[in-house]
Amino acid sequence: MTASLTLVVLMAVLFGAGISIMLERSLTRVLIGFLLVGNAVNILIFLMSGAPGLAPILSDGVEPDEISDPLPQVFVLTAIVINLGITAFMLALIYRSWWLAQLGSAGDLVDDEEELAEDAEEAADLIRSSAADDAAIQELIDASGEEADELVVQSPVADDEEVRR
Amino acid sequence: MILSLAAFAAVALVTPWLTRVLGRRVFPVIAIVPAAVFAVLLTWLPGVLAGDPVVEVVPWIPQLDVALSFRLDALALLLALIVTGVGALVLVYCTHYFADDEPALGRFAALLLAFAGVMLGLVTADDVFMLFTFWEATSVLSYLLIGHYTGRKESRGAALQALTVTTFGGLAMLVGLIVLVAAGGTTSLSELVAEPVTGAAAECGIALVLLGAISKSALVPFHFWLPAAMAAPTPVSAYLHAAAMVKAGVYLVARLAPGYADLTLWHPIVIVLGVLTMIVGGWRALRQYDLKLLLAYGTVSQLGFLIIITGYGTFASALAGVALLLAHALFKAALFLVVGIIDHSAGTRDWRKLSGLGRRMPVIATISIVAAASMAGLPPLLGFVAKEAVFASLFDAGVAGIEGGGGSDGVWAWVALAGSVVGSILTVAYSARFIFGAFFTRAGAEPTPLHAESRAMGATPGILAAASLVAAFAVPFIEPLLAAYADELPGPHDVHLALWHGLAPALGISIAVFALGALLVWGRRRVARLQAAVAPMFDSSRGYLGIVSVIDRVAASVTTAIQHRGLPGYLAIIVAVFIGGLGTATILNTTWPAGIRLWDYPAQPFLAAVMAVAAIAAATVRQRMTAVLLVSVTGYGLVLLFGMSGAPDLALTQALVETIVIVVFVLVLRRLPKQIAQRNPSVHKLARGIIGGVAGIVMGVIGLVALGARVEPTIAGGLPALAIEAHGKNIVNVMLVDIRAWDTLGEISVLVAVATGVASLIFVSGRTGGAPRLDDLDDVHLPVDRRDRLRPVPEPASSIRAPRTSLADTEGETDAAADAASTRQTWLLAGRTLSPRNRSILIEVLVRLLFHPAIVVSIFLLFVGHNAPGGGFAGGLLAGLALVARYLAGGRYELGEAAPVDAGRLLGTGLLLAAGTATGSLFFGGAPLESAWFEADVPVLGTISIGTSTLFDIGVYLVVVGLVLDVLRSLGGEVDRQQEQAAEDGDSGGALAVGVEELDQNEGPEIAERPEHTDAELETPLTSASTEGARP
Repeated sequence: MTASLTLVVLMAVLFGAGISIMLERSLTRVLIGFLLVGNAVNILIFLMSGAPGLAPILSDGVEPDEISDPLPQVFVLTAIVINLGITAFMLALIYRSWWLAQLGSAGDLVDDEEELAEDAEEAADLIRSSAADDAAIQELIDASGEEADELVVQSPVADDEEVRR
Repeated sequence: MILSLAAFAAVALVTPWLTRVLGRRVFPVIAIVPAAVFAVLLTWLPGVLAGDPVVEVVPWIPQLDVALSFRLDALALLLALIVTGVGALVLVYCTHYFADDEPALGRFAALLLAFAGVMLGLVTADDVFMLFTFWEATSVLSYLLIGHYTGRKESRGAALQALTVTTFGGLAMLVGLIVLVAAGGTTSLSELVAEPVTGAAAECGIALVLLGAISKSALVPFHFWLPAAMAAPTPVSAYLHAAAMVKAGVYLVARLAPGYADLTLWHPIVIVLGVLTMIVGGWRALRQYDLKLLLAYGTVSQLGFLIIITGYGTFASALAGVALLLAHALFKAALFLVVGIIDHSAGTRDWRKLSGLGRRMPVIATISIVAAASMAGLPPLLGFVAKEAVFASLFDAGVAGIEGGGGSDGVWAWVALAGSVVGSILTVAYSARFIFGAFFTRAGAEPTPLHAESRAMGATPGILAAASLVAAFAVPFIEPLLAAYADELPGPHDVHLALWHGLAPALGISIAVFALGALLVWGRRRVARLQAAVAPMFDSSRGYLGIVSVIDRVAASVTTAIQHRGLPGYLAIIVAVFIGGLGTATILNTTWPAGIRLWDYPAQPFLAAVMAVAAIAAATVRQRMTAVLLVSVTGYGLVLLFGMSGAPDLALTQALVETIVIVVFVLVLRRLPKQIAQRNPSVHKLARGIIGGVAGIVMGVIGLVALGARVEPTIAGGLPALAIEAHGKNIVNVMLVDIRAWDTLGEISVLVAVATGVASLIFVSGRTGGAPRLDDLDDVHLPVDRRDRLRPVPEPASSIRAPRTSLADTEGETDAAADAASTRQTWLLAGRTLSPRNRSILIEVLVRLLFHPAIVVSIFLLFVGHNAPGGGFAGGLLAGLALVARYLAGGRYELGEAAPVDAGRLLGTGLLLAAGTATGSLFFGGAPLESAWFEADVPVLGTISIGTSTLFDIGVYLVVVGLVLDVLRSLGGEVDRQQEQAAEDGDSGGALAVGVEELDQNEGPEIAERPEHTDAELETPLTSASTEGARP
């Protein structure tokens, strides 16, 4: 299998540019990077057909060994349409996050620090609530345990204490 | 049996509805199910006793040798009778235990009934994986039942503990079962026992399976979950945690003992843990004030006892073991139910607060005394018979061991006997504690006030207690069933169960046990002091809580440590792993492509250069729109590359997609600020560039390596023949709709999901419906004539939204121009809804002329796709593009008029058509997606073979159109509406706001960044506060 160096280089450039844009914090930029990476990957798959030939349409006078490999084309075709869907979805996400955030010029940025604090708080809450559940049942079991001194001094006070604990 | 299980499942499913009608009277109704199954099981009894087990097998996953196989032998029948019998009684008891207004009563009833069914499945399943499935199902149902009081902390905590512990054991058991199955070559439990696996696999597998049994039956060190589970309603405790579920572990030990009791690991595990559990449970029970907890620890103790004796592995011990199993189910369930009655009457289970119950509840007290006496092993009750048999069998085994030369078997027999005796002494003591605590009158205490409870409530425990008594005398009738199981085990078979064996050593042991037990009761203060002095041994619940809290904390800290970088951080990590992993792999690579051409054709490098420059420029520009346009340069570049390399389908699709993408981008970006906000320090910029560059280089090398790796001829050689066979000449399309149609089906499902997602993100409340129609305009009173679709509409524009303020004053527009706009004829149906300033006669005319031809061409593409470039994707995209044009020219009402359908219906119809084609062939005996054709000559289109694949392609077409329509009406129409509403709400100037808003869309950045962008129409509380602050 031979390769067209031009396409390989083009694919690498698109991919590199796409990745470097995707690493920015603006969701729009991430999406732009995603489109570039998508195009690059489509080229990569397309590369695998090897040397281009005729269109893979078996009209009269077309010999099967003259046509391009149709398999990568099928993959790329579905990939293109899926790209459209994902792009639309991400745009909806961007719009929605902007709408909710109302950050003015900050637009589609997501604030990491705040999220971090929220996540930590959420995790702590979960731990607290599960620990509270466990403690509650343990307390109930402990409350039923007999203590020696209670038997000796069976006063109502001791009973009350036991109940409260 | 399968029928019985199905009955359980079916009735359990309808129980919630039944409960709504019947209230708590639903319980006796659903109790009919286990009662009926009990009766059916009894009819099978003679056959089973004759050594002829009932077997039902339905193949399920033959490839894995997994079948729905059930086998009812003696042991299974005994357990099944207990499960259904006690189950029916407990369900009846629930009628009085619960009130009609108990929350979630329907759920509870359904779960309890389902549990009975699952338990029945567990004891009758023969396939080990079926067994495991039922095993886990009992864990889950137990979780739900313990957690019945969802609002109580202790209820939730207990439920989770039980679930965690039992599923932990269950997973270990699954591994063990797989080991056994792999070594034994069968999934049948009975075969695995009949022809035991040997060697290391057996030791390992059995140890793991025992781990499951131990956790389920709450043996040390997992015993803590059972007392905690007493947070459940009492019927649950009586059924799950005394009679049924905890017996699953005992059942498994009893089931495996005939085959595996002679393994090296068996006796140490079974006897040591059994003895420890029996003593620890009894010791802890002896210090409980809460009657239910007392019984719970007592159950733990008894489960240890059961495991010892069923696991010991001789005929005599097995006989004693199953007798004890039956006895325990009867007396422990009865005692739990009694506690429930006491709890209801007195409002407490703490015996320090109970006084004088015995005199006022004589019937209940009698029932309790009978049951507790059976628990303590007093004659003439079933508990005595069983315990006597246990002592006798262990004593005989020990003596036989000494006579046989003192092998390890003999030693284990003595250990088991000693443990049983100590445990039994404790049992006697805590049984007495229960009776004294619950029913005696405390000196100096007022009699506890009691509610009157229905007498019927005592019936169920009464039956169970009476059974303990009757069964003791009816032992000769019960023994055949028990012996039928015990026969599988070795040892002398001349042992029988009886109330009176004569003056045997076992009787002596029993008497000693009673005496020492009485001594403990007598010296209970001293015992209590000792209890306090000895630190609580085996308090593994603390250990469990410690482990759980450590795991919680570690999980939380790991999560917060890893996940704090935000999206760029994650992406950077992913890309770094990509570079590190695949980069290393490419360096180590040795196969390179055979030859490298610089280009395929001379135009290629020029195209590539333009695309590369555009890509790099897109990475550096700050304007969003510019970046989007630069990206689309690469997209259109791809169109040319595909077109010139023999891929017309790709070129067509890419061109259409690229156009739609630009439009959609513009639709969203018009609402966002123009400049891309940039807060990243320049260091990051460099780092990003480097990461991107290296990733690109790695990807390029990967491309070369992948090309070099392809040494075999492609499968493309066979495709033309396949395409012809599928009546198509366009191989790409044939592959999409026929050869690889599964793939396409998956893909359009993704599109449906995406379209739904887009609509759901934009429409805050409800996504159904199409784009808005003209009829929806509530300020329109003129009837919309259907014929308007067909000809230019002569009404003046202002008729739609009269009165419209002239813009002349504010915008410097002449009155004449405004008048002209208002009387202009409309070329589009909804053109009148737009403000005159936003309309362009040229575009309206163009769209008017092009829309219908475009739709026709799209349908043409759809149908010729099988033989020429085109197909469902391209056709659908073209139709979508036509809709885009209508929307851009005429606004959202125009879209509604152009496509007066619900986008969701389009998507659904498309998916249904495609999936219907996939499944349709099944009805004709074909494989899924198998095609059939009908060929015809059609003018213009040429020879068309309409096949099922064409129907499939129509489905694809509809899905794509639906996607575009959904995107347009969400990101286009709905965003417009929100924008207009924001403008109206944000500024009281009314008409002026429209102008400002339009400027917003079209003019320079200084206006685009005005704070009017705040959306006042937001319905979420989150933003309502912030809009207040942001308003000028």
